[in-house]
Amino acid sequence: MRGKTMQEPAITDELIAAHGLKPEEYAEILRLLNRAPSFTELGIFSAMWNEHCSYKSSKKWLRTLPTDGPQVICGPGENAGVVDIGDGQAVVFKMESHNHPSYIEPYQGAATGVGGILRDVFTMGARPIAAMNALSFGEVDHPKTRQLVHGVVEGIGGYGNCFGVPTVGGEVRFHPAYNGNCLVNAFAAGLAEADKIFYSAASGVGMPVVYLGAKTGRDGVGGATMASAEFDEGIEEKRPTVQVGDPFTEKRLMEACLELMASGAVISIQDMGAAGLTCSAVEMGDKGGLGIRLDLDAVPQRETAMTAYEMMLSESQERMLMVLRPEKEAEARAIFEKWDLDFAIVGETIPEDRFLILHKGDCKADLPLSKLASSAPEYDRPWVETPPAPEMAEVPGIDPIDALKALIGSPNYAAKHWVYEQYDSQVMADTVRRPGLGAGIVRVHGTPKALAFTSDVTPRYVRANPVEGGRQAVAEAYRNLCAVGARPQAATDNLNFGNPEKPEIMGQFVGAIQGIGEACRALDMPIVSGNVSLYNETDGSPILPTPTIGAVGLLDSLDDLIGGAAAEGHLALLLGTTTGHLGQSALLAEVFHREDGDAPHVDLAAERAHGDFLRANRRLIAAATDLADGGLALAAFEMAEAGGVGLHLDAADTPTLFGEDQARYLIAATFDAAEALMVAAGKAGVPLVTVGRFGGQTVSFGGHVAPMAELSALFRGAFAEALG
Amino acid sequence: MKARVHVMLKDGVLDPQGQAVAHALGTLGFQGVGEVRQGKVIDLDLAATDRATAEAQVREMCEKLLANTVIERYDIEIG
Amino acid sequence: MKAAVLVFPGSNCDRDLAVAFRNAGAEVTMVWHKDDALPAGVDVVGIPGGFSFGDYLRCGAIAARSPITRAVIEHTHRGGYALGICNGFQVLTETGILPGALMRNAGLKFVCKPVDLTVETADSAFTAGYTGGQRITIPIAHHDGNYVADADLVARLRAEGRVAFTYCDNPNGSVADIAGILSENRRVLGLMPHPERAAEPAHGGTDGAALFRSLVGALALA
Repeated sequence: MRGKTMQEPAITDELIAAHGLKPEEYAEILRLLNRAPSFTELGIFSAMWNEHCSYKSSKKWLRTLPTDGPQVICGPGENAGVVDIGDGQAVVFKMESHNHPSYIEPYQGAATGVGGILRDVFTMGARPIAAMNALSFGEVDHPKTRQLVHGVVEGIGGYGNCFGVPTVGGEVRFHPAYNGNCLVNAFAAGLAEADKIFYSAASGVGMPVVYLGAKTGRDGVGGATMASAEFDEGIEEKRPTVQVGDPFTEKRLMEACLELMASGAVISIQDMGAAGLTCSAVEMGDKGGLGIRLDLDAVPQRETAMTAYEMMLSESQERMLMVLRPEKEAEARAIFEKWDLDFAIVGETIPEDRFLILHKGDCKADLPLSKLASSAPEYDRPWVETPPAPEMAEVPGIDPIDALKALIGSPNYAAKHWVYEQYDSQVMADTVRRPGLGAGIVRVHGTPKALAFTSDVTPRYVRANPVEGGRQAVAEAYRNLCAVGARPQAATDNLNFGNPEKPEIMGQFVGAIQGIGEACRALDMPIVSGNVSLYNETDGSPILPTPTIGAVGLLDSLDDLIGGAAAEGHLALLLGTTTGHLGQSALLAEVFHREDGDAPHVDLAAERAHGDFLRANRRLIAAATDLADGGLALAAFEMAEAGGVGLHLDAADTPTLFGEDQARYLIAATFDAAEALMVAAGKAGVPLVTVGRFGGQTVSFGGHVAPMAELSALFRGAFAEALG
Repeated sequence: MKARVHVMLKDGVLDPQGQAVAHALGTLGFQGVGEVRQGKVIDLDLAATDRATAEAQVREMCEKLLANTVIERYDIEIG
Repeated sequence: MKAAVLVFPGSNCDRDLAVAFRNAGAEVTMVWHKDDALPAGVDVVGIPGGFSFGDYLRCGAIAARSPITRAVIEHTHRGGYALGICNGFQVLTETGILPGALMRNAGLKFVCKPVDLTVETADSAFTAGYTGGQRITIPIAHHDGNYVADADLVARLRAEGRVAFTYCDNPNGSVADIAGILSENRRVLGLMPHPERAAEPAHGGTDGAALFRSLVGALALA
């Protein structure tokens, strides 16, 4: 397959299996074509029909998610979702995984993950204005973890910093279930004019199909197939050519695309992601109801003797496919040349329903395009409901300060400066809130508005109870947006699971989708884009089910921001009901090394009421944060630490301090404001209680005391200590 | 014993730095420059006194640290 | 007062710098790297942060050999003002307009965080809005900000009062904690920290605004 010979190999059972196609899928190809496919055609089918491109295991369930709302301009199905933010502006966003490539080559895998998601956003006509990354790694002591963390974080920074997008948020977690499969989920959001969104559907017959960007090499040939295969011990042998990212080219590609779009030359545009030329060309044709003819001799090539098969499956980065208005060709050419980008007319739209691939005078593929796009197999995979979690065993007593130290001394809950200081969080000079505490915020340039971004999931909950875990991921994202005063607008889901051919894994997926759907409906946060990553297993051992929710909120004015800090003399108020739910809590996991009990229940009506209360009373609130894993104690400590003050909480019992009941926020307010908030809470019928106060130089829980300076040093030093 | 290691990207792996340098050379008026590929040279001073040991050591260093063998190849000069 | 902000294909703080100049009252023109002349009547050239040519080969090396940079060199030779921030500082050292070089951070990692600086001299159009010895907070965001100069050069920079800013807690290994330096005629400033990212209340700090205000003020009077 290295192009040493132009002879295409014969189609054998082994070759079909090596392309990840099941015998029944191959039979379907034979039925569609009424003949055997050529080698190139087999490659094209395998790319279109693999899990990554076809969503064949997940489609049935994804359809159940809410994707509509008055604010939604474009839901799932395009490169990214588009949401109206008023004044003729729109935010365009998506989250996508690059898990397998990051495990194989962490720097380049993560870098190209960032590159891919940025391309998804600017392909729609939006200039990227914010990025986030949700990362899951194996246990801290695992021999591979440190190298993966360093590589992934440097790769994200290396690409995003050079491209020039501020990275404003994200998550980093460690758990043994990710030892053999790390997760790299990259989010990007961009800003566009609401009436100037660009889509992939081609229109018009005989229109030139233009290739723009980096030259095509053999990068990642076979990559899409790899991304949908379960890892085994032989992984080291399976390395395809790794894709290398070039953020400098991507930056020029973005500028050129945005200029081209502004010039009126672009009819349709599609980035070349997984399975590159194949997926992008088929999508353009299919959505436009047209056929496509590609002449591969015209494709800019970086390597010699590339075959049609290799060019159709190459995953070389920083490439775009466009259909341009022929009368604008000179203008378009001037823009390409200004940015020193390769471009070529590689084909045209044709009236027949054909996907025609020509190379060196031969026809290498001649396929029915619409069937290729739409007849991908769809599976209703067998699934079993996740059994109810067994009752939680008794939780032994513990000194609350020792428990807090165990949490903030763990890389899972310690401050993540070591990570996010490697990302440029302020380029574009619109960042209002840098990563580290809750949602990141950037201004909408030149307006009073701002956008808030968060990404959340608690995989332990999802494993114990997929439905509640799915609801919780959405609810936590919702809370993080409300806590800064933003109105939640919409979400993107990045669904990372194990092997869907196992009914118990499929059951996790089905349950999580149900929970996500319920929460999104109740909280008016439709899913406008997303990505599914399955087969995250090594030697039969799956990851924790990790449906990452990326969410976007809007502030009409920065005056609405709840962005202050806890200060000396502020009261600590707790909004929401505390029952002391310790099942699946951070305390159990980090202190007692147990993951038992049920996930906390999510009351969606309470989530909504409490979020509304927070926004309605934002002028009375100095600072707010949502309560997530780690409960009241961790949230209050983080808020005090960020404000540079001490903390006293009246409670000293484990359930009150470390329970993880949902729909809760911690509020810092002056004494007078706290009184007013109490009155407002009474009127609104939401539970609000004083739980302590900020100030001094110690942290105390009831009578248990420790110096803030000591805890702060532990909190700020633990991550680098373990992984730096 | 002295060793010199040349680390280069493997053939076929995209070299953005090399491309940027090639383009800059063209802008400066240097004609006829084809592909440019950029690598690293690493000089090592070793305690080992025999060639075979030194080479084996350096090879191990390359595999473990000096080169990222997923995308890079290396050559070793001893002496 | 007229400012020109250079735009290389990989510049990404060009807009940010232009905004800071405009907010301080300057009239700003963006100038593309392929141009070989500056607009007529330009008082100060801003060389922005970013990754001008991907920062391949060496940071700022390819930008320092661009057509527009030749015009900037002539501009400074004529006594014109120039401000290089981050990648712009790297370009200025690569051209030789400012002495020394910027190497990989001592910690080898990219570092983005607010840092405390000491204003070492108020004797320049750039720093006249501060007082000598004043402590200010400005963000950094770089991978190659480790300022390198031999002992003689450091001694000369100090003796001539050309060290503009030093780090209070050195984040990158720079010799003598140097964060920014002035040219001999004090009309060119290169610095690694980003004053344009601390120029409005929404940035979380406004210590950088005085740099633009004093520069624009001084040149408007000149």
